[in-house]
Amino acid sequence: MRNQFTDALKGHNADYVEIRFEESEATRVICRSGSLEEVNRTYSSGGNIRALVKGRWGFVSFNRLDKLRERVALAVDEARLASGEGLGFPAAEPVVDIVTQEFERSLTDITLAAKKRLLDEYNSIILGSSKIQSSRIDYRDVKRKVTFVNSEGSYIEQSKPDIALRLTAIACQGNEVQQAGLSLGSNGDFSAIEGLHGQVQEIARRAASLLSAPHVKGGEHTIILDPVLAGVFVHEAFGHLSEADFVYQNKQLYNIMTLGRTFGAKHLNIIDDATIPGLRGSYKYDDEGVLATRTSLIQDGILVGRLHSRETAARIREKPTGNARAINYLFPPIVRMSNTFIEPGASCFKEMLEGIKEGVYVKDWYGGTTSLEMFTFSAGEAYMIRDGKLEEMLRPVVLTGNVFVTLGNIDAIGNDLNMNQGGGCGKAGQSPLPVSNGSPHIRIRHCLLGGAGGKNKY
Amino acid sequence: MEHFLDVIHSALKVAEQAEVFCVSSRETPIYFEANKLKQIQAKENTNVTLRIFRGGKLGIAAASGSNNMETLLDMAVETSEFGDPTNFTFPSRMDYPDVHIFDSRVQKVTMEEMIEYGDQVITKIKKYAPEILCDVEVTSGIDSICIVNSQRGEANYTKSFFGLSVEGIIIRDTDMLFTGDSENSCCLPASPDLIADRVVRQLELANEKVAVSTKLLPVIFTPRGVASTFLTPLSLAFNGKVVLEGVSPLGGKLGEQTFDNNLNLWDDATLAYQVGSSPCDDEGVPSQCTPLIERGVVTNFLYDLRTAALANTRSTGNCKRIGSGSPKPAVSSLVIGEGDISFEAMVEGMEEGLVVEQLIGADQGNLLGGDFSGNVLLGYKVENGEVIGRIKDTMISGNVYQILKQSLGIGNKARWVDGILRTPALYCPCVSVASK
Repeated sequence: MRNQFTDALKGHNADYVEIRFEESEATRVICRSGSLEEVNRTYSSGGNIRALVKGRWGFVSFNRLDKLRERVALAVDEARLASGEGLGFPAAEPVVDIVTQEFERSLTDITLAAKKRLLDEYNSIILGSSKIQSSRIDYRDVKRKVTFVNSEGSYIEQSKPDIALRLTAIACQGNEVQQAGLSLGSNGDFSAIEGLHGQVQEIARRAASLLSAPHVKGGEHTIILDPVLAGVFVHEAFGHLSEADFVYQNKQLYNIMTLGRTFGAKHLNIIDDATIPGLRGSYKYDDEGVLATRTSLIQDGILVGRLHSRETAARIREKPTGNARAINYLFPPIVRMSNTFIEPGASCFKEMLEGIKEGVYVKDWYGGTTSLEMFTFSAGEAYMIRDGKLEEMLRPVVLTGNVFVTLGNIDAIGNDLNMNQGGGCGKAGQSPLPVSNGSPHIRIRHCLLGGAGGKNKY
Repeated sequence: MEHFLDVIHSALKVAEQAEVFCVSSRETPIYFEANKLKQIQAKENTNVTLRIFRGGKLGIAAASGSNNMETLLDMAVETSEFGDPTNFTFPSRMDYPDVHIFDSRVQKVTMEEMIEYGDQVITKIKKYAPEILCDVEVTSGIDSICIVNSQRGEANYTKSFFGLSVEGIIIRDTDMLFTGDSENSCCLPASPDLIADRVVRQLELANEKVAVSTKLLPVIFTPRGVASTFLTPLSLAFNGKVVLEGVSPLGGKLGEQTFDNNLNLWDDATLAYQVGSSPCDDEGVPSQCTPLIERGVVTNFLYDLRTAALANTRSTGNCKRIGSGSPKPAVSSLVIGEGDISFEAMVEGMEEGLVVEQLIGADQGNLLGGDFSGNVLLGYKVENGEVIGRIKDTMISGNVYQILKQSLGIGNKARWVDGILRTPALYCPCVSVASK
């Protein structure tokens, strides 16, 4: 196959051409209430070609490996049709590598029956709890082998397994419906989703107690975010703004995101790192064959870096960071995060609480979205804080604000970093991409809360 | 086709019933970024899904890019071990309604012509606002669907698709103004002017930035505002599957006055040249129009074969599949009936209130209960019967069911939003507004 790809790329009139070919096998199990709603297996193979001519792209996706040379020619023609005055990117050293991964409990060793048995155990815990009306369990795994070849001579094979599990408990009383959930995942190790029985019990209990919880009063509050929610905050509110494809041809936004600009107090440090072993957002090479890196985004409160593809790096004259990722062969790679987090600071949770006369402690996440400067995201769990003490549980809340103002309003950063593996990121129709995000506890002054939210897309 | 009959034939050696669903799509999306043509794509994808009933239990497997039907059958047999025991029969040969969903001009449109559409939209918007940065997507596509089953059921059709969408951003210092609109149907649009005009109108209204205070206010939801606030919770609440589970707030409300009696809502898969239309659904059940709310009364829910069997009713022809996913009930095209008030009259009658054009984050709320809370991405303030400017840092929240129970004003001019909802503007007398 290597020769077939390499030959098909030869002799085209383009600045750069690549082929990415994938073979994958996926399992999906969905249980809802007592019944198994879906057990689905899929096998898929397909690939795509990307061609670059004078800064413009042609892209062709296909299922079959026949007529490969013609398909490459079509991508080059498209790029020629689109091409303008733009430039390509500097040539990179070719990479030849074959990357495989070893796991203690590899997906390949787990039968469908064993997966089903584990999910049944979790399901019966939820359904056996009081006031629970129904449950939803969504499990998916994928074994994917990606082969990458480009006109610069690179040839990379990578295996990229991924496992994601979401459990939801739905409680009902009269007309009231409330839910609580748990999201987890791993980059191929099945043991990450085993032994969760205690946590599953806890979400069922929480869904039931939300039925009688009061709403928060909408408006500005001092809030403390737990590591999970703070991780979503850093991903949604800030992380997307550091994706260089948002800024490289938008002069105004580029001016806002000028390196050296102050975004927060001295204690604020934000990192994106695809090289940490064992996290869902980790990989050795991105989908352009660039070696993954650790990128400092904010250091001592100052913007020092951003995430790049080869193209955005060339345009802004910065270094590629290996953040070009595609969800599958139907899409071209675009700039994405990997594992994004706020570095731990000096405060402990108790000290943060003590500084609050009246505020809200928000935990866990149900989703979030941004439109560049504006973000909204929802917390799954919330408690009133009065005179430095945690008090009654509240209905789920939605937080919203302007990222520039909010980052500056972080006045305390905890010492208890924790990475959340349950996320899936969506951008430009490519969702859910495996990522992780994390943070220690953080405290934010003057955050706008709305009182009615609290649940993910159903 | 012959090929699929062979699969059915082999499946029947180990199973009681079998069904093959195949969708082949060809799509050409063209992307403009920051006012400039950026990328041209040509995508081809074929998905085959096999469903079998084996020992009374449903098995399902899907493949793309593979011709290996043996593997597909093996996988379906494996999943059937754990499969759902719901008892239903795949539909036999049926008469399908004549639904127009193919425009041959879409098949013939060239990449150059599509680029021209994008250029025209951008030129027209830039003429009004030279500093705007537009991302435009122009997409043409053809889907061919083939369904065959062991009960001699068979359906084949080809559908065209053309979409034009624009997002325009104006950034001044750290203030960002988001505008945008889209048009999706099975035909080529007459001209790209309509969509450009709508964006220009948004820019005109958003010219001034004004403040709003935290309180209860009347709100006019424009058609796009209606879609971003109400579409997801209503689509869920009328979904037969959600009803079956006992978590739809409308579940026990069939025949009851649940909404304002001016409100009419239906689902219709037979409308000519709409993205949600087709002669039959993804299981081969004929398409139909299903009333959901009639003068405020809940009248029907939407079902596919499996959920209908469980609910002891008939499929409404609402089975949808996304890629290789399992079949599920889903809306085709939702339509909210027109009323008799013009948008202008709604604004004129408003002493103080908001016009909401686009809400973000509303679908993160407690969708089942109908509670929502969203940030107004694009919205305007009305004072003494006039739009005075754009609002920022503002959230609106409430409960979908409580809001739609209020005495509503229903606009007299409906339009399609994203090819999925046709709605007029809605005037809601009392909505909770929070602002900095």
